[in-house]
Amino acid sequence: MLEYLVRSKSIRKKIVTKAYECGESSHLGGALSMVDVLCVLYESVLQYDVNNPQSEDRDIFILSKGHCVLGWYAALNEFGLMTDCVFDTFQINGSHLIAHPVKNLSLGIESSNGSLGQGLSFGLGMALGLKKKLQDRSVYVLMGDGECNEGAVWEAAATASEIELSNLTAIVDVNNLRNDGSNLTYQKNKSLSAIWSAFGWNVIEVDGHSHVELQDAFDAAKNENGIPTVILANTVKGCGVSFMEANNEWHHNRITSSVYARILEEWRSDV
Amino acid sequence: MFDLDEKLARGWSRMGPRAVYGQILYELAKTNPNIMALSADLGRSSGLDRFSKEFPDQFLNVGIAEQNLIGISSGLARMEFDVFASTFAPFASLRAGEQVRMNMGYMQEPVRLVGLASGFALGFLGNSHYGIEDVAVLRSIPGIAIVSPADCFELYKCIVASLDYPGPIYIRLTGGVNMPVVYHADYEFDILKVDVLSEISDITVVSAGATLGFAKVAVEELKDEGAQIGLVNVHTIKPIDNDFISKLEGKCTKIVVFEEHTIIGGLGSAIIDALDEAKIRSVEVIRCGVNDEYPKAGDYNYVLSTLGLDTVGIKTKLCGLL
Repeated sequence: MLEYLVRSKSIRKKIVTKAYECGESSHLGGALSMVDVLCVLYESVLQYDVNNPQSEDRDIFILSKGHCVLGWYAALNEFGLMTDCVFDTFQINGSHLIAHPVKNLSLGIESSNGSLGQGLSFGLGMALGLKKKLQDRSVYVLMGDGECNEGAVWEAAATASEIELSNLTAIVDVNNLRNDGSNLTYQKNKSLSAIWSAFGWNVIEVDGHSHVELQDAFDAAKNENGIPTVILANTVKGCGVSFMEANNEWHHNRITSSVYARILEEWRSDV
Repeated sequence: MFDLDEKLARGWSRMGPRAVYGQILYELAKTNPNIMALSADLGRSSGLDRFSKEFPDQFLNVGIAEQNLIGISSGLARMEFDVFASTFAPFASLRAGEQVRMNMGYMQEPVRLVGLASGFALGFLGNSHYGIEDVAVLRSIPGIAIVSPADCFELYKCIVASLDYPGPIYIRLTGGVNMPVVYHADYEFDILKVDVLSEISDITVVSAGATLGFAKVAVEELKDEGAQIGLVNVHTIKPIDNDFISKLEGKCTKIVVFEEHTIIGGLGSAIIDALDEAKIRSVEVIRCGVNDEYPKAGDYNYVLSTLGLDTVGIKTKLCGLL
């Protein structure tokens, strides 16, 4: 458990440091909210070969909420899938690592994203392909609750349950904030959980910062047969930096040197 | 698999390209378990009834959900299936345009996207269902080939060629039942090369898809009357055959393009762009298609005739230039 906490902290530190170093605004809030999900995925859920991102038996991970990719790069670096050298190219002109994922199989990036609502259909296609090839591999698609505003998400959601794909797991990072503020589209007078359930999915709602709850949810998803599972991970946007938490000023913003110093100071007193 | 003879040419013409598309995939699937045919609830309109019954594991109706169609098809293509995805042309290119851009363009997933009943093939269904913008939209997305077969034999050639083509392709089906036959027997088809049906001449007609069949009749009639006119089948609109473009200089002063598409961004525009790239200034391009206005709907022949894209209209246009 301590290991997880150390990992998560380390990923968050990489995120804010890289955001600071690049000198430009980054999608910090959503990158920080999904850290614990990524941490559990890479620590104990996904099958992968740390020395070969293209190994034939790997599970597939798709970051459909592509704007939060800095959090993913940081996780890949933390778990040894991305070298420091590569990570350091973040937002250098001409680099593979820009502010949205760009398909690069040698870096373990399975798809290009950034245009929201597309990862689930693509992941569904891959999961269906794996099932047809009788390969025991799974596909995990991480989305945002804001992203679930996109109609295309629901086209895929309906098909996935219709064709009974249980090797497809969606995770929704429910931080309840989108670019312009509160995300009520699928939540006001309705419940995201009931909607996914009505779409025929096995719904597991967890504290998205609890490694134990996340681990249990992924285990349950793995054991589900005949229907896909969605894990609604309730999170706090900007989690880990007190003044960024649930503060949408940090949806997309720049970390100046004084802000960076303030974060480091806060984290020093944490320990 | 098929004997490409006169009898089949006539039979396939009667069936029309959509039914033939389904029949071709059915035959291919008999020996190729890697083929996956997907549709957004237009399996029957794709002639895939028999395919879906006999090869249910190789068929998927994703529902009336074109965005989903492209996403799922792309995921399957990534898993190395030979994926064919079919829906009406405007829904393939515009309704799901964003998914086509991200999946087939940006990611280069090698889906064979089949735009059904493009042009005016859907007659009284009207402009909501016509395909008059699809080529323009898809030409602007980097890295997607666009192929518009002239008749059902060429459709067969295109589909077979697409299985060896390394990237994403849009296969544009035009014409309906009883579409004109251009190829009456087996012939050499190269997806990257134009097919010169009548030697390049001072005035040369360029076309693709069903319109080529009408143009062929018009050109043959005029040639019988003593005129000299070239006729070229530019079935592959992108990437354009630049060898053909470079051969035009000195041999031809007028290219007349007939297309079931808006003249903005279609085949005619592709020819102009290619001539410009090649710095060939001596060839004038005359585009005949849909001007910047939705045509009045009616049956297929009515729409063609109002736009001067039937044999009579094409002949009249060419007579005015001779």
